[in-house]
Amino acid sequence: MNATMLLIFDALLLASIIGLAWAALASADARRSVILFIAFGLLLAVAWGRLLAPDVALAEAAIGAGLTGALLLAALQWQPRKTADTTNSEQPTHTLLETGFRWLVTLLCAALAGMLAWSLTQIDAGTAKDALANAVAANIDASGVSNPVTAVLLNFRAYDTLLELAVLLTAVLGIFALGPAQAGYRIAGPVFSSLTRWLTPLLILTAGYLLWVGAHAPGGAFQAGATLAAAGVVLRLAGRDQIGLPRGNALRIALGAGVGMFLLVGLALFALGRPFLGYPPAWAGALILLIETAAMLAIAATLVSAFIGGQPTEEKTRC
Amino acid sequence: MTDILASLLIMAGLFFFMAGSIGLLRFPDLYSRLHALTKADNLGLGLLIIGLALHLRDPLIALKLLLIWLAVLAAGATSAHLIARHARRREKHV
Amino acid sequence: MLTTQWLYALSGCLLLALGLRSALLHPALLQRILAINVMGSGVFMLLIAIAYRGPGMPPDPIPHALVLTGIVVAVSATALALALARRLTREQPHD
Repeated sequence: MNATMLLIFDALLLASIIGLAWAALASADARRSVILFIAFGLLLAVAWGRLLAPDVALAEAAIGAGLTGALLLAALQWQPRKTADTTNSEQPTHTLLETGFRWLVTLLCAALAGMLAWSLTQIDAGTAKDALANAVAANIDASGVSNPVTAVLLNFRAYDTLLELAVLLTAVLGIFALGPAQAGYRIAGPVFSSLTRWLTPLLILTAGYLLWVGAHAPGGAFQAGATLAAAGVVLRLAGRDQIGLPRGNALRIALGAGVGMFLLVGLALFALGRPFLGYPPAWAGALILLIETAAMLAIAATLVSAFIGGQPTEEKTRC
Repeated sequence: MTDILASLLIMAGLFFFMAGSIGLLRFPDLYSRLHALTKADNLGLGLLIIGLALHLRDPLIALKLLLIWLAVLAAGATSAHLIARHARRREKHV
Repeated sequence: MLTTQWLYALSGCLLLALGLRSALLHPALLQRILAINVMGSGVFMLLIAIAYRGPGMPPDPIPHALVLTGIVVAVSATALALALARRLTREQPHD
């Protein structure tokens, strides 16, 4: 009985997710696509929760649905104006060659999905399946945290997280190089201002809590950074560009803090004779918290910089 | 017994969510749609949260759920206000 | 693999195919960026389905860490893509 209900729930959830993705991608109207995509992201967060992945669900809701949604809604403003001939027809007419080509591409994509599905039948082989998970479970006591996902991210595969933060930094450098930021919004009216006044401290507090609790429960630097970025975005939307994002050198330090702290800790350990990013077990918890704090600041600064879409223009830049 | 009450409350909450969605689809203009959606969804969420709190029977979790409801209430009302004000301004300019 | 795993894994493959098709064929740039995001979400669904072990059992944490990294990288790639698209629209307004 229980299993059947869960199966029905799974079927409905997946049908909604796939239906939303289809509708978002089939629509010619940009605004409709974006709104359907935000709903798709939220339902994905439900799916992650259903599959017992609470850290991923938190990150998807905050980053995948929330911040990506904000980015896309801000991007709707500079969409190219529809020219007169495309506003009437929803489906542009294709020549026979084009239609054939579209069918070919659709068939190839379906074949790709089929091959991927077939390969899934090959992976469930023997005792090697859980080897990595067992290795994590065996070594988690020496890792300094008790949340296995945090242990994997910040200890066992810390090098990958360092490179991921470098990817974030590279993206923000690219965004800054492409042009100035969008103009700020006007100062909000009384209703929105009063919401901002208590929402921002609440978001900052929640970010600190998520950072701290990530060591032993779902949470961590990424979710905390996203919540902090949400505070910055809310401030920006309320017209308070001066405080939504740090300025000048403070911004540069914040953006580089993630990679910088990782390198600092790694090289210091290297100088002390240990492997790069090989924490001594007694210090592992404290070092992880230190790196996570710097990473949270870097992620928040990166995401708000991505939201404003370019180099902040209020300051007098010298380069 | 408490579980039956919790289930009834959750189903009542879902009914209000559905009513709000039907209002979104069927009402003629923006303002009535906003009105239906915001009011029905807030009430639906409140009933849902009372049902969940009864089912889980943990006072700390019940407090967290109540805070979530209050935050959604405030954010939903502010969003509806902003959308309605923007629509009103656009009407006046036309 | 469990039934639940199969259900979600196949849906992940379907989302991947759906996203790829739209990324190649849709006329507008914004929807193509959305399509690449949908492809990414399909891959995430595949990974998390593989990590699932059943109702009571703890799931495998390593695909979860991979997906967490993936979500953050996807949002930064989307932000860069949107900045590029914005600059492109400025240079060539007729798309």
